[in-house]
Amino acid sequence: MADRKKCKAQVTSQIKLTEDIYSMWIKFPKNTDISVAVPGQFISMYCHDGSRMLPRPISICQINTNDNMLRVVYRTVGKGTKEFSMLGAGSTIDIIAPLGNGFIIDTDIFKNALLIGGGIGIPPMLELAKKLRENGSESVKVVLGYRDGTLFLKDEFEPYADVYVSTEDGSSGIKGNTIDVINEYGIEADIIYACGPLPMLRGIKVLAKERGIKAQLSLEERMACGIGACLGCVCNSKEKDEHSNVKNKRICKDGPVFDSEEIIF
Amino acid sequence: MNLSVNFAGIDIKNPVTTASGTFGSGAEYKDFVDLNKLGAVTTKGVASVPWEGNQTPRICETYSGMLNAIGLQNPGIDLFIKRDIPFLKQYDTKIIVNVCGKTLDEYIEVVKRLAEEDIDLLEINISCPNVKAGGIAFGQDPELARQVTDKVKQYAKQPVIMKLSPNVTDITEMARAVEAGGADAVSLINTLTGMKIDINKRTFALANKTGGLSGPAIKPVAVRMVYQVANAVKIPVLGMGGIQNAEDALEFIMAGATMVAVGTANFNNPSVTEDIINGLETFMDKNGVKDINELIGCVK
Ligand SMILES: Cc1cc2nc3c(=O)[nH]c(=O)nc-3n(C[C@H](O)[C@H](O)[C@H](O)COP(=O)(O)OP(=O)(O)OC[C@H]3O[C@@H](n4cnc5c(N)ncnc54)[C@H](O)[C@@H]3O)c2cc1C
Ligand SMILES: Cc1cc2nc3c(=O)[nH]c(=O)nc-3n(C[C@H](O)[C@H](O)[C@H](O)COP(=O)(O)O)c2cc1C
Ligand code: FES
Repeated sequence: MADRKKCKAQVTSQIKLTEDIYSMWIKFPKNTDISVAVPGQFISMYCHDGSRMLPRPISICQINTNDNMLRVVYRTVGKGTKEFSMLGAGSTIDIIAPLGNGFIIDTDIFKNALLIGGGIGIPPMLELAKKLRENGSESVKVVLGYRDGTLFLKDEFEPYADVYVSTEDGSSGIKGNTIDVINEYGIEADIIYACGPLPMLRGIKVLAKERGIKAQLSLEERMACGIGACLGCVCNSKEKDEHSNVKNKRICKDGPVFDSEEIIF
Repeated sequence: MNLSVNFAGIDIKNPVTTASGTFGSGAEYKDFVDLNKLGAVTTKGVASVPWEGNQTPRICETYSGMLNAIGLQNPGIDLFIKRDIPFLKQYDTKIIVNVCGKTLDEYIEVVKRLAEEDIDLLEINISCPNVKAGGIAFGQDPELARQVTDKVKQYAKQPVIMKLSPNVTDITEMARAVEAGGADAVSLINTLTGMKIDINKRTFALANKTGGLSGPAIKPVAVRMVYQVANAVKIPVLGMGGIQNAEDALEFIMAGATMVAVGTANFNNPSVTEDIINGLETFMDKNGVKDINELIGCVK
């Protein structure tokens, strides 16, 4: 049944969080069911300017099932995200949502969760923290890595998690990166969830392995289709993938969240 | 109103198919498109054994288009036959299997394996700019192209479409060469070789350095080449390159294409193929065209 479509969604509000970070709430029409969305999944946002054909993949930051709405928080880095930042309440935007596989939550086995967000990898951690709480996680600790003291979204984590901060310039929290924070405070956990730049994810993979705990990592890659067809967005996998029949997996379809031991980067 | 065409001896309910490599084997699009509506599905290039493809980044966006250097990653013919053909057989659409190889023997191996399969047409890709061996080499030398065609025809049980590269001085020379080799049809254009540089990182945007340019940016080049080829050979033409809507498709048809394929536009809207078919009907209705065949090559 061909029942999915790129849909016309509506921006209900947009605010600027920092110089280059925006927060947008989007309401979806009935043909796009947001209640199936889970943290860690992403949406494909399309530009109005027809010369930019490819979707911009952006993580889900918050889910509002009652109103069929999603929130995204994104950094303006190029022409597409700049275009999005100009959209005011009431504007329409073409989107396919939700896409990919999100974080797996199992609070019976993994009672103490550690969430790590680096830079623009912070937004997807918010809905995850909330869901972990709702699912009865014993403890939710979150480490947020920022460049400077802008600390976007930090306050919004407080109701759900113990929040730790690192900044590259030392203006707030620990000077350094998220791994420095974990070591400094001796943070323990049964499971790690992380999203952020590759060097950070590499460090976390090593750390999880050393401690013998599971880590679920959210990866990024350039995408064209966003639905698993073009093989543009692959990452190397440890084992031969069932679909590709070679040692790589599609980030848009098999990820973007992977078990750290399943992928090589 | 008649939308059906006869392409290389096969009756196809409408002239719209998908461009190889942009539609997987159709499975990823089944939630977005009613595959029964498509004239045909053209599958991602398949080789005799699985290929890993290139390093990432494999994709980058350009003005009104994109560059790709996937490197023909594919699961190999065994899994393709076991999984992808049965999947497509569930639908009322024709199956065009795109074949790639690094050597002549590799092409032949795949063609032989497909001989007993219930598929409708073969599309032989001798024009991929992203793999070093084979591929493009066959697509840029008329004599080699003729030889590949001739060899493939010896083993093929389905009509053979030879897919041409635009990265040549004279596309009609290549078209004539594959016609002489016995090709039943030609398809064009594959991507144009391009490059993008990331000025902030002072490096290439693609790991492969160069990639294939596709999308609306290449459409005028593609229409011109389809027109030239349609007027140079007797075999039918499958036209593609930047088709985004019914109007684009009609340009190719009027230039001489019997069928059209939609590629990069699927990335902008996964349901676009269905919209294009509906748009063709609307155009015909509005303009009193009873049979789409009246439009094929109507611009001389
Ligand atoms: C699964 C996933 C989730 C993401 N979640 C977020 C998020 O929540 N917030 C956020 O700010 N950013 C996120 N990103 C990164 C975001 O997709 C890019 O910043 C954005 O596409 C840039 O678009 P642009 O037009 O502004 O930049 P340009 O550089 O002009 O874009 C040109 C092309 O490159 C692609 N591109 C550029 N940077 C990236 C990148 N880092 N990753 C993938 N494609 C890129 C664009 O999509 C576009 O096709 C995510 C990326 C992925 C893969
Ligand atoms: C991501 C991608 C992958 C492709 N893979 C193949 C392939 O495997 N075999 C092939 O013959 N052509 C391949 N092509 C070329 C297309 O089939 C088509 O010839 C070209 O993209 C022009 O059409 P378009 O502008 O509509 O995309 C690929 C193109 C893209 C964008
Ligand atoms: S973007 Fe096409 S497979 Fe992931």
